[in-house]
Amino acid sequence: MRAKGVNFHYGAFKALYDISLDFPANKVTALIGPSGCGKSTFLRSLNRINETQRGTRIDGEITLDGEDVLAMDVTSLRRRVGMVFQRPNPFPKSIFENVAYGVRVNGLASRSDLAGIVEKSLRRAALWEEVKDKLSESAHALSGGQQQRLCIARGLAVDPEVLLLDEPCSALDPIATAKIEDLLVGIKDQCTIVIVTHNMQQAARVADNTGFFLLGKLIEHDRTDVIFKNPSKRETEDYITGRFG
Amino acid sequence: MRRFEEEFRGLNNALLDMGGMVAQSVHRSVLALVERNAEYAYEVRRDEVRIDECDIRIDAMASTLIALEQPVASDMRLVIAAIKISTDLERMGDLAVNIATRALSLMDHPELHPSIGLAEIAGLVESMVLRSLDAFVRRDAQVAQAVLTSDHGVDALRAGIQRDVVELMRRDPTAIERALDHLIAARSLERIGDHARNIAEGVIYLVQGVDVRHQPAGMMQ
Repeated sequence: MRAKGVNFHYGAFKALYDISLDFPANKVTALIGPSGCGKSTFLRSLNRINETQRGTRIDGEITLDGEDVLAMDVTSLRRRVGMVFQRPNPFPKSIFENVAYGVRVNGLASRSDLAGIVEKSLRRAALWEEVKDKLSESAHALSGGQQQRLCIARGLAVDPEVLLLDEPCSALDPIATAKIEDLLVGIKDQCTIVIVTHNMQQAARVADNTGFFLLGKLIEHDRTDVIFKNPSKRETEDYITGRFG
Repeated sequence: MRRFEEEFRGLNNALLDMGGMVAQSVHRSVLALVERNAEYAYEVRRDEVRIDECDIRIDAMASTLIALEQPVASDMRLVIAAIKISTDLERMGDLAVNIATRALSLMDHPELHPSIGLAEIAGLVESMVLRSLDAFVRRDAQVAQAVLTSDHGVDALRAGIQRDVVELMRRDPTAIERALDHLIAARSLERIGDHARNIAEGVIYLVQGVDVRHQPAGMMQ
Protein backbone atom coordinates (compact mmCIF):
# COMPACT_ATOMS: atom_id res chain seq x y z
CA MET A 1 0.00 0.00 0.00
CA ARG A 2 1.26 3.47 -0.83
CA ALA A 3 0.25 7.04 -0.02
CA LYS A 4 1.55 9.96 -2.04
CA GLY A 5 0.94 13.66 -1.41
CA VAL A 6 -2.14 13.09 0.74
CA ASN A 7 -3.91 16.19 2.12
CA PHE A 8 -6.99 15.95 4.28
CA HIS A 9 -9.49 18.59 5.43
CA TYR A 10 -12.20 18.55 8.09
CA GLY A 11 -14.21 21.43 6.67
CA ALA A 12 -11.88 24.44 6.76
CA PHE A 13 -9.39 22.69 9.03
CA LYS A 14 -6.48 21.06 7.25
CA ALA A 15 -5.53 17.91 9.17
CA LEU A 16 -2.91 16.35 6.88
CA TYR A 17 -0.23 18.04 4.81
CA ASP A 18 1.24 16.27 1.80
CA ILE A 19 1.77 12.85 3.42
CA SER A 20 3.75 10.35 1.38
CA LEU A 21 4.41 6.98 2.95
CA ASP A 22 4.90 3.43 1.68
CA PHE A 23 3.68 0.44 3.65
CA PRO A 24 5.86 -2.48 2.62
CA ALA A 25 4.05 -5.80 2.29
CA ASN A 26 4.22 -8.14 5.27
CA LYS A 27 5.74 -5.51 7.52
CA VAL A 28 4.31 -3.73 10.53
CA THR A 29 4.36 0.05 10.23
CA ALA A 30 3.68 2.09 13.38
CA LEU A 31 2.42 5.67 13.27
CA ILE A 32 3.31 7.66 16.38
CA GLY A 33 2.89 11.26 17.46
CA PRO A 34 1.09 13.45 20.00
CA SER A 35 -2.71 13.67 20.17
CA GLY A 36 -4.18 15.60 17.27
CA CYS A 37 -1.10 15.15 15.06
CA GLY A 38 -3.12 13.48 12.28
CA LYS A 39 -1.93 9.90 12.61
CA SER A 40 -5.42 8.45 13.15
CA THR A 41 -6.85 10.66 10.39
CA PHE A 42 -4.20 9.31 8.06
CA LEU A 43 -4.87 5.70 9.12
CA ARG A 44 -8.61 6.21 8.57
CA SER A 45 -7.91 7.61 5.12
CA LEU A 46 -6.31 4.36 4.07
CA ASN A 47 -9.67 2.53 4.01
CA ARG A 48 -11.76 5.70 3.64
CA ILE A 49 -13.55 5.37 6.97
CA ASN A 50 -13.14 9.17 7.18
CA GLU A 51 -15.65 9.51 4.37
CA THR A 52 -18.42 8.68 6.82
CA GLN A 53 -17.88 12.10 8.40
CA ARG A 54 -19.53 15.03 6.64
CA GLY A 55 -17.49 17.92 5.35
CA THR A 56 -14.26 16.00 4.90
CA ARG A 57 -12.12 16.30 1.80
CA ILE A 58 -9.10 14.34 0.68
CA ASP A 59 -6.70 14.77 -2.21
CA GLY A 60 -3.53 13.04 -3.22
CA GLU A 61 -2.96 9.43 -4.11
CA ILE A 62 -3.49 6.22 -2.15
CA THR A 63 -2.90 2.96 -3.97
CA LEU A 64 -3.26 -0.72 -3.11
CA ASP A 65 -1.37 -3.03 -5.43
CA GLY A 66 -1.31 -0.11 -7.87
CA GLU A 67 -5.11 0.37 -7.77
CA ASP A 68 -6.52 3.77 -6.85
CA VAL A 69 -8.00 3.42 -3.36
CA LEU A 70 -9.89 6.70 -3.62
CA ALA A 71 -11.77 5.45 -6.71
CA MET A 72 -12.32 1.90 -5.51
CA ASP A 73 -15.68 0.40 -4.50
CA VAL A 74 -15.77 1.00 -0.74
CA THR A 75 -17.12 -2.45 0.19
CA SER A 76 -14.40 -4.14 -1.79
CA LEU A 77 -11.79 -1.78 -0.31
CA ARG A 78 -12.82 -2.52 3.26
CA ARG A 79 -12.67 -6.24 2.65
CA ARG A 80 -9.11 -5.84 1.41
CA VAL A 81 -8.15 -3.28 4.07
CA GLY A 82 -9.55 -4.31 7.47
CA MET A 83 -9.68 -2.18 10.58
CA VAL A 84 -9.54 -2.72 14.33
CA PHE A 85 -10.53 0.15 16.61
CA GLN A 86 -9.42 1.44 19.98
CA ARG A 87 -12.31 -0.07 21.91
CA PRO A 88 -13.27 -3.66 21.10
CA ASN A 89 -16.59 -3.58 19.24
CA PRO A 90 -17.88 -7.13 18.85
CA PHE A 91 -21.36 -7.49 17.36
CA PRO A 92 -24.11 -8.56 19.78
CA LYS A 93 -23.88 -12.07 18.40
CA SER A 94 -22.12 -15.31 19.25
CA ILE A 95 -18.33 -15.66 19.03
CA PHE A 96 -18.76 -17.84 15.92
CA GLU A 97 -21.12 -15.39 14.21
CA ASN A 98 -18.80 -12.45 14.87
CA VAL A 99 -15.98 -14.12 12.97
CA ALA A 100 -18.25 -15.57 10.30
CA TYR A 101 -20.05 -12.27 9.66
CA GLY A 102 -17.74 -10.71 7.08
CA VAL A 103 -17.26 -14.00 5.28
CA ARG A 104 -21.02 -14.46 4.97
CA VAL A 105 -21.73 -10.87 3.91
CA ASN A 106 -19.08 -11.06 1.23
CA GLY A 107 -20.19 -14.54 0.13
CA LEU A 108 -16.64 -15.75 0.49
CA ALA A 109 -17.30 -19.32 1.63
CA SER A 110 -19.81 -22.10 1.52
CA ARG A 111 -21.59 -23.13 4.69
CA SER A 112 -19.31 -26.17 4.99
CA ASP A 113 -16.15 -24.08 4.71
CA LEU A 114 -17.30 -21.52 7.24
CA ALA A 115 -16.40 -23.48 10.38
CA GLY A 116 -12.90 -24.02 9.05
CA ILE A 117 -12.45 -20.32 8.29
CA VAL A 118 -13.71 -19.35 11.76
CA GLU A 119 -11.31 -21.76 13.44
CA LYS A 120 -8.38 -20.65 11.30
CA SER A 121 -9.10 -16.98 12.01
CA LEU A 122 -9.45 -17.54 15.74
CA ARG A 123 -6.18 -19.48 15.73
CA ARG A 124 -4.40 -16.67 13.86
CA ALA A 125 -5.74 -14.24 16.45
CA ALA A 126 -4.43 -16.52 19.23
CA LEU A 127 -7.95 -16.94 20.66
CA TRP A 128 -8.98 -20.42 19.55
CA GLU A 129 -7.79 -22.33 22.63
CA GLU A 130 -9.72 -19.97 24.92
CA VAL A 131 -13.04 -20.05 23.05
CA LYS A 132 -13.20 -23.33 21.13
CA ASP A 133 -15.68 -24.83 23.63
CA LYS A 134 -18.00 -21.82 23.75
CA LEU A 135 -18.31 -20.63 20.16
CA SER A 136 -22.06 -20.22 20.47
CA GLU A 137 -21.81 -17.99 23.55
CA SER A 138 -22.17 -14.22 23.33
CA ALA A 139 -19.04 -12.32 22.32
CA HIS A 140 -19.87 -9.77 25.01
CA ALA A 141 -19.13 -12.39 27.69
CA LEU A 142 -15.45 -12.31 26.72
CA SER A 143 -12.88 -10.16 28.53
CA GLY A 144 -11.73 -6.89 26.93
CA GLY A 145 -8.51 -8.46 25.65
CA GLN A 146 -10.39 -11.46 24.25
CA GLN A 147 -12.94 -9.17 22.59
CA GLN A 148 -10.14 -7.24 20.89
CA ARG A 149 -8.56 -10.46 19.63
CA LEU A 150 -12.03 -11.51 18.43
CA CYS A 151 -12.25 -8.26 16.45
CA ILE A 152 -8.86 -9.05 14.94
CA ALA A 153 -10.07 -12.57 14.10
CA ARG A 154 -13.18 -11.01 12.49
CA GLY A 155 -10.93 -8.79 10.41
CA LEU A 156 -8.63 -11.66 9.43
CA ALA A 157 -11.53 -13.94 8.42
CA VAL A 158 -12.00 -12.13 5.11
CA ASP A 159 -8.28 -12.49 4.41
CA PRO A 160 -7.42 -8.79 4.08
CA GLU A 161 -4.25 -7.60 2.38
CA VAL A 162 -3.84 -4.81 4.93
CA LEU A 163 -4.94 -4.61 8.55
CA LEU A 164 -5.25 -1.15 10.13
CA LEU A 165 -5.22 -0.89 13.92
CA ASP A 166 -6.10 2.34 15.73
CA GLU A 167 -4.73 2.20 19.30
CA PRO A 168 -5.83 -1.44 19.64
CA CYS A 169 -4.35 -1.93 23.12
CA SER A 170 -5.09 1.36 24.85
CA ALA A 171 -8.03 -0.14 26.77
CA LEU A 172 -6.20 -3.37 27.65
CA ASP A 173 -4.02 -4.51 30.55
CA PRO A 174 -0.33 -5.44 29.95
CA ILE A 175 -1.00 -9.19 29.61
CA ALA A 176 -3.79 -8.70 27.05
CA THR A 177 -1.56 -6.13 25.31
CA ALA A 178 1.31 -8.62 25.11
CA LYS A 179 -1.00 -11.20 23.51
CA ILE A 180 -2.12 -8.70 20.85
CA GLU A 181 1.46 -7.66 20.15
CA ASP A 182 2.54 -11.29 19.79
CA LEU A 183 -0.27 -12.04 17.38
CA LEU A 184 0.52 -8.96 15.26
CA VAL A 185 4.07 -10.19 14.78
CA GLY A 186 2.64 -13.67 14.06
CA ILE A 187 0.21 -12.58 11.33
CA LYS A 188 2.40 -10.15 9.42
CA ASP A 189 3.57 -12.86 7.05
CA GLN A 190 -0.06 -13.00 5.87
CA CYS A 191 -0.92 -9.33 5.68
CA THR A 192 0.53 -5.85 5.89
CA ILE A 193 -0.11 -4.11 9.21
CA VAL A 194 -0.41 -0.41 10.04
CA ILE A 195 -0.83 0.47 13.71
CA VAL A 196 -1.45 3.82 15.36
CA THR A 197 -0.18 3.84 18.93
CA HIS A 198 0.51 6.27 21.74
CA ASN A 199 2.66 3.66 23.39
CA MET A 200 6.16 4.14 22.02
CA GLN A 201 7.46 0.94 23.58
CA GLN A 202 4.70 -0.85 21.68
CA ALA A 203 5.86 0.70 18.41
CA ALA A 204 9.43 -0.30 19.27
CA ARG A 205 8.39 -3.87 20.07
CA VAL A 206 6.13 -4.69 17.12
CA ALA A 207 6.92 -2.36 14.21
CA ASP A 208 9.45 -2.86 11.44
CA ASN A 209 9.07 0.77 10.38
CA THR A 210 7.85 3.81 12.28
CA GLY A 211 6.54 7.17 11.11
CA PHE A 212 6.41 10.21 13.38
CA PHE A 213 3.58 12.71 12.82
CA LEU A 214 3.40 16.25 14.18
CA LEU A 215 0.80 18.93 13.41
CA GLY A 216 -0.50 17.02 10.40
CA LYS A 217 2.91 16.44 8.87
CA LEU A 218 4.98 13.30 8.58
CA ILE A 219 8.22 14.49 10.18
CA GLU A 220 10.26 11.34 9.76
CA HIS A 221 9.85 7.76 8.66
CA ASP A 222 12.48 5.06 8.95
CA ARG A 223 13.27 1.62 10.27
CA THR A 224 12.01 1.40 13.86
CA ASP A 225 15.47 0.75 15.29
CA VAL A 226 16.81 3.86 13.54
CA ILE A 227 13.94 6.01 14.84
CA PHE A 228 14.50 4.87 18.42
CA LYS A 229 18.31 4.80 18.41
CA ASN A 230 19.29 7.72 16.24
CA PRO A 231 16.42 9.72 14.70
CA SER A 232 17.48 12.33 12.16
CA LYS A 233 14.97 15.06 13.08
CA ARG A 234 15.07 17.12 16.26
CA GLU A 235 11.27 16.97 16.64
CA THR A 236 11.33 13.15 16.60
CA GLU A 237 14.13 13.07 19.18
CA ASP A 238 12.24 15.47 21.45
CA TYR A 239 9.03 13.47 21.19
CA ILE A 240 10.42 9.99 21.77
CA THR A 241 12.66 11.14 24.65
CA GLY A 242 9.72 12.86 26.34
CA ARG A 243 11.04 16.41 25.92
CA PHE A 244 8.21 17.45 23.64
CA GLY A 245 6.10 20.43 24.71
CA MET B 1 13.63 20.84 34.31
CA ARG B 2 11.63 17.63 34.62
CA ARG B 3 12.65 14.82 36.95
CA PHE B 4 13.97 12.46 34.25
CA GLU B 5 15.99 15.27 32.68
CA GLU B 6 17.57 15.93 36.07
CA GLU B 7 18.43 12.23 36.34
CA PHE B 8 20.14 12.19 32.94
CA ARG B 9 22.01 15.35 33.88
CA GLY B 10 23.00 13.68 37.15
CA LEU B 11 24.47 10.74 35.23
CA ASN B 12 26.36 13.12 32.97
CA ASN B 13 27.74 15.04 35.96
CA ALA B 14 28.74 11.85 37.80
CA LEU B 15 30.74 10.85 34.73
CA LEU B 16 32.40 14.28 34.61
CA ASP B 17 33.33 14.04 38.31
CA MET B 18 34.83 10.61 37.77
CA GLY B 19 36.68 11.81 34.66
CA GLY B 20 38.18 14.71 36.61
CA MET B 21 39.31 12.40 39.38
CA VAL B 22 40.91 9.94 36.95
CA ALA B 23 42.65 12.70 34.98
CA GLN B 24 44.13 13.96 38.24
CA SER B 25 45.30 10.46 39.23
CA VAL B 26 46.94 9.91 35.84
CA HIS B 27 48.65 13.30 36.13
CA ARG B 28 49.89 12.59 39.66
CA SER B 29 51.14 9.12 38.71
CA VAL B 30 53.17 10.69 35.89
CA LEU B 31 54.60 13.29 38.27
CA ALA B 32 55.44 10.55 40.77
CA LEU B 33 57.28 8.70 38.01
CA VAL B 34 59.01 11.53 36.19
CA GLU B 35 59.76 13.78 39.19
CA ARG B 36 60.25 10.91 41.68
CA ASN B 37 57.62 12.43 43.97
CA ALA B 38 56.39 9.88 46.56
CA GLU B 39 53.58 12.07 47.93
CA TYR B 40 51.82 12.06 44.54
CA ALA B 41 52.14 8.27 44.34
CA TYR B 42 50.43 7.86 47.72
CA GLU B 43 47.63 10.22 46.68
CA VAL B 44 47.02 8.13 43.56
CA ARG B 45 46.68 4.99 45.68
CA ARG B 46 44.37 6.78 48.11
CA ASP B 47 42.07 8.10 45.35
CA GLU B 48 41.59 4.69 43.75
CA VAL B 49 38.86 3.82 46.26
CA ARG B 50 36.88 6.95 45.36
CA ILE B 51 37.21 6.19 41.65
CA ASP B 52 35.92 2.63 42.20
CA GLU B 53 32.97 4.05 44.13
CA CYS B 54 32.19 6.38 41.21
CA ASP B 55 32.18 3.41 38.83
CA ILE B 56 29.68 1.54 41.00
CA ARG B 57 27.52 4.65 41.44
CA ILE B 58 27.39 5.35 37.68
CA ASP B 59 26.40 1.76 36.91
CA ALA B 60 23.64 2.01 39.53
CA MET B 61 22.39 5.31 38.08
CA ALA B 62 22.45 3.87 34.55
CA SER B 63 20.55 0.72 35.51
CA THR B 64 17.94 2.82 37.35
CA LEU B 65 17.48 5.01 34.27
CA ILE B 66 17.06 1.95 32.06
CA ALA B 67 14.52 0.40 34.44
CA LEU B 68 12.48 3.54 35.09
CA GLU B 69 12.83 5.67 31.97
CA GLN B 70 13.37 3.15 29.14
CA PRO B 71 15.64 5.67 27.42
CA VAL B 72 15.76 5.95 23.63
CA ALA B 73 17.74 7.94 21.07
CA SER B 74 20.38 10.28 22.61
CA ASP B 75 19.26 9.40 26.16
CA MET B 76 19.85 5.72 25.45
CA ARG B 77 23.22 6.48 23.84
CA LEU B 78 24.22 8.47 26.95
CA VAL B 79 23.36 5.56 29.25
CA ILE B 80 25.28 3.06 27.10
CA ALA B 81 28.24 5.44 26.74
CA ALA B 82 28.22 6.13 30.50
CA ILE B 83 28.42 2.43 31.37
CA LYS B 84 31.31 1.91 28.93
CA ILE B 85 33.16 5.15 29.74
CA SER B 86 32.99 4.59 33.51
CA THR B 87 34.51 1.13 33.00
CA ASP B 88 37.34 2.67 30.98
CA LEU B 89 37.87 5.38 33.60
CA GLU B 90 37.99 2.80 36.39
CA ARG B 91 40.64 0.82 34.49
CA MET B 92 42.61 4.03 33.92
CA GLY B 93 42.53 4.61 37.68
CA ASP B 94 43.92 1.10 38.26
CA LEU B 95 46.68 1.71 35.72
CA ALA B 96 47.57 5.02 37.41
CA VAL B 97 48.01 3.01 40.62
CA ASN B 98 50.31 0.59 38.73
CA ILE B 99 52.41 3.53 37.54
CA ALA B 100 52.50 5.03 41.05
CA THR B 101 53.64 1.68 42.46
CA ARG B 102 56.44 1.46 39.85
CA ALA B 103 57.40 5.05 40.67
CA LEU B 104 57.70 4.21 44.38
CA SER B 105 59.81 1.14 43.53
CA LEU B 106 62.12 3.21 41.32
CA MET B 107 62.58 5.85 44.05
CA ASP B 108 64.45 3.27 46.16
CA HIS B 109 67.15 3.04 43.50
CA PRO B 110 69.44 5.46 41.64
CA GLU B 111 68.24 6.75 38.28
CA LEU B 112 69.12 4.82 35.16
CA HIS B 113 71.95 5.97 32.86
CA PRO B 114 71.18 6.65 30.14
CA SER B 115 67.63 7.47 31.28
CA ILE B 116 64.57 5.94 29.62
CA GLY B 117 62.45 8.80 28.25
CA LEU B 118 58.95 8.42 29.72
CA ALA B 119 58.06 12.14 29.71
CA GLU B 120 57.10 12.23 26.03
CA ILE B 121 54.73 9.24 26.13
CA ALA B 122 53.33 10.49 29.46
CA GLY B 123 52.65 13.92 27.94
CA LEU B 124 50.87 12.45 24.91
CA VAL B 125 48.78 10.05 27.00
CA GLU B 126 47.75 12.79 29.43
CA SER B 127 46.75 14.93 26.49
CA MET B 128 44.62 12.06 25.13
CA VAL B 129 42.91 11.64 28.49
CA LEU B 130 42.11 15.34 28.80
CA ARG B 131 40.96 15.67 25.17
CA SER B 132 38.71 12.59 25.40
CA LEU B 133 37.05 14.08 28.49
CA ASP B 134 36.82 17.47 26.80
CA ALA B 135 35.14 15.81 23.82
CA PHE B 136 32.60 14.26 26.22
CA VAL B 137 31.94 17.58 27.98
CA ARG B 138 31.45 19.45 24.71
CA ARG B 139 29.87 16.54 22.83
CA ASP B 140 32.47 17.19 20.15
CA ALA B 141 33.01 14.29 17.74
CA GLN B 142 35.88 16.08 15.97
CA VAL B 143 37.93 16.38 19.15
CA ALA B 144 37.15 12.70 19.84
CA GLN B 145 38.32 11.81 16.33
CA ALA B 146 41.68 13.54 16.97
CA VAL B 147 42.17 11.38 20.08
CA LEU B 148 41.87 8.24 17.95
CA THR B 149 44.67 9.49 15.73
CA SER B 150 46.95 10.23 18.73
CA ASP B 151 46.80 6.60 19.80
CA HIS B 152 49.17 5.59 16.98
CA GLY B 153 51.79 8.00 18.32
CA VAL B 154 51.57 6.43 21.78
CA ASP B 155 52.02 2.94 20.34
CA ALA B 156 55.14 4.08 18.45
CA LEU B 157 56.64 5.73 21.55
CA ARG B 158 56.02 2.65 23.66
CA ALA B 159 57.74 0.46 21.04
CA GLY B 160 60.75 2.81 21.12
CA ILE B 161 60.91 2.61 24.92
CA GLN B 162 60.80 -1.18 24.73
CA ARG B 163 63.80 -1.18 22.37
CA ASP B 164 65.73 1.17 24.71
CA VAL B 165 64.94 -0.99 27.74
CA VAL B 166 66.08 -4.19 26.03
CA GLU B 167 69.29 -2.50 24.93
CA LEU B 168 69.91 -1.17 28.46
CA MET B 169 69.33 -4.56 30.05
CA ARG B 170 71.71 -6.16 27.57
CA ARG B 171 74.46 -3.65 28.44
CA ASP B 172 73.91 -3.48 32.22
CA PRO B 173 72.35 -6.57 33.88
CA THR B 174 72.35 -4.77 37.27
CA ALA B 175 69.74 -2.37 35.81
CA ILE B 176 67.26 -5.09 34.79
CA GLU B 177 64.83 -4.58 37.69
CA ARG B 178 64.68 -0.78 37.22
CA ALA B 179 64.47 -1.13 33.45
CA LEU B 180 61.52 -3.50 33.83
CA ASP B 181 59.77 -0.99 36.11
CA HIS B 182 60.17 1.58 33.33
CA LEU B 183 58.83 -0.84 30.76
CA ILE B 184 55.79 -1.71 32.92
CA ALA B 185 55.12 2.01 33.51
CA ALA B 186 55.34 2.67 29.75
CA ARG B 187 52.99 -0.24 29.09
CA SER B 188 50.53 1.14 31.68
CA LEU B 189 50.66 4.56 30.01
CA GLU B 190 50.01 2.98 26.63
CA ARG B 191 46.98 1.16 28.04
CA ILE B 192 45.68 4.40 29.57
CA GLY B 193 45.92 5.81 26.04
CA ASP B 194 43.90 2.81 24.78
CA HIS B 195 41.18 3.57 27.33
CA ALA B 196 41.18 7.27 26.34
CA ARG B 197 40.68 6.06 22.79
CA ASN B 198 37.74 3.92 23.93
CA ILE B 199 36.22 6.99 25.61
CA ALA B 200 36.65 8.99 22.40
CA GLU B 201 34.89 6.20 20.47
CA GLY B 202 32.12 6.34 23.08
CA VAL B 203 31.76 10.09 22.53
CA ILE B 204 31.47 9.61 18.75
CA TYR B 205 28.71 7.03 19.37
CA LEU B 206 27.01 9.39 21.81
CA VAL B 207 27.10 12.37 19.45
CA GLN B 208 26.63 10.76 16.04
CA GLY B 209 25.08 7.38 16.85
CA VAL B 210 27.75 5.55 14.86
CA ASP B 211 30.05 2.82 16.10
CA VAL B 212 33.66 3.45 15.01
CA ARG B 213 35.27 0.68 17.03
CA HIS B 214 37.46 -1.93 15.37
CA GLN B 215 37.77 -0.02 12.11
CA PRO B 216 40.92 0.56 10.06
CA ALA B 217 42.29 4.09 10.51
CA GLY B 218 41.31 5.17 7.00
CA MET B 219 37.66 4.20 7.55
CA MET B 220 37.11 6.39 10.59
CA GLN B 221 36.81 9.79 8.97
